[in-house]
Amino acid sequence: MLKSRHLIEPEDFTKEELEEIFVLADEIIKKPSRFSNSCSGKLLATLFYEPSTRTRFSFESAMLRLGGQVVGFSEPGSSSVMKGESIPDTIRTVASYTDIIAMRHPKEGAPKLASIYSPVPIINAGDGGHQHPTQTLTDLLTIRNTKKTFSNLTIGLCGDLKFGRTVHSLIKALSRYENNSFILISPQELQIPSYIKNEVLNMKGIKYKEVERLEDVIGELDILYMTRVQKERFFNEADYIRLKDSYILDSEKMKLAKEDLSVLHPLPRVNEISYEVDNDPRACYFKQVKFGMFVRMALILKLLGVE
Amino acid sequence: MLNIDSIANGIVIDHIKVGCGFKIFNYLGLDKADCRVALIMNANSKKHGKKDLIKIENVMDLDLTMLGFIDPDITINIIEDEKIKEKITLSLPEKIENILECKNPRCVTSIERNINHKFVLVDKEKGIYKCEYCDHIYED
Repeated sequence: MLKSRHLIEPEDFTKEELEEIFVLADEIIKKPSRFSNSCSGKLLATLFYEPSTRTRFSFESAMLRLGGQVVGFSEPGSSSVMKGESIPDTIRTVASYTDIIAMRHPKEGAPKLASIYSPVPIINAGDGGHQHPTQTLTDLLTIRNTKKTFSNLTIGLCGDLKFGRTVHSLIKALSRYENNSFILISPQELQIPSYIKNEVLNMKGIKYKEVERLEDVIGELDILYMTRVQKERFFNEADYIRLKDSYILDSEKMKLAKEDLSVLHPLPRVNEISYEVDNDPRACYFKQVKFGMFVRMALILKLLGVE
Repeated sequence: MLNIDSIANGIVIDHIKVGCGFKIFNYLGLDKADCRVALIMNANSKKHGKKDLIKIENVMDLDLTMLGFIDPDITINIIEDEKIKEKITLSLPEKIENILECKNPRCVTSIERNINHKFVLVDKEKGIYKCEYCDHIYED
């Protein structure tokens, strides 16, 4: 039963519950008009304590396409947060007005804190470098549609694996399915945090390796998940400049890859995927964006208990 | 020679590592207790040479689970009618609240006031805890 639940990290839902969401998302994809009034009279709050046009638009489009309405802020400067209001107080206030809340916050664990105080469902729309579960749902729905399975896959994750929260969430999620292995491709400075290695990969005995060069391993991959080296995650401009071009996917590297590789990217990209790759049928990142809206529609319906 | 009477009913927290007695005294809020309490520091110990010790008279319902985190070697004796009714051996608690603070500068606990700092045990053997909010592993 997903009604009234929070989504803070992918593991909050069982595999069966995730499957429920994906099945509903597929129904929405097939016939969106059937759901265009499902959330009539319902209100979504989008509390974005840091800017993210893409994710906010995705949530807002999802709610509007379900016939619901949206209120919120897209930067804390325009809210009572600037007056020093605490997260628990903001949440208790907003939850009095709305039926469901999507929250993005630069501090890790902020949505978890919000969920403790909220009587309505909280959806974590990204918390610092920590978790981004709706991106994971997006990624999983994309994989489900392109690979038709969540098992027996070799998944390469490339770029900023240290601060890339989408990567952390995706590893946790795919670790729950059988016989997957991971190839972690990053510069030393941006390797995956030890808690993911210790608590997820090592604890579950999942096969993985850490490498520095994409071209050495691209031929082994069923899925290549590219990420941006995010400028805002660096304390030091010089480090950013030194590392930002480390991992660029281009047609030359794609020649080394399997014919049925799926290339995913949470977007926005800077220059880590050359534009020439966009026309390659293996490039799935723009399909992924659309899957993101559909999966958020399914999630909102499930958490509100309206279908 | 310093003599402290034995108690007829109450709790004796024994084998406290030297220097930790005062910390535990404070943690349990014994400075505000209205019963008789003795904190004995640097007592002789057959096991360890020296130890700290706390005796609390006529109190049975203290929450002692967090003591396992502060010092898992502590032993707790519940005394009734001048006899040891129960010996409690401590282990690391599954959850601890407001003892540690998360050191991750990106954690929400670094900016929010008046919230409980919560940690969850993730490795019993190594005694590793993680922050319940941001998953950051606690390191001394």
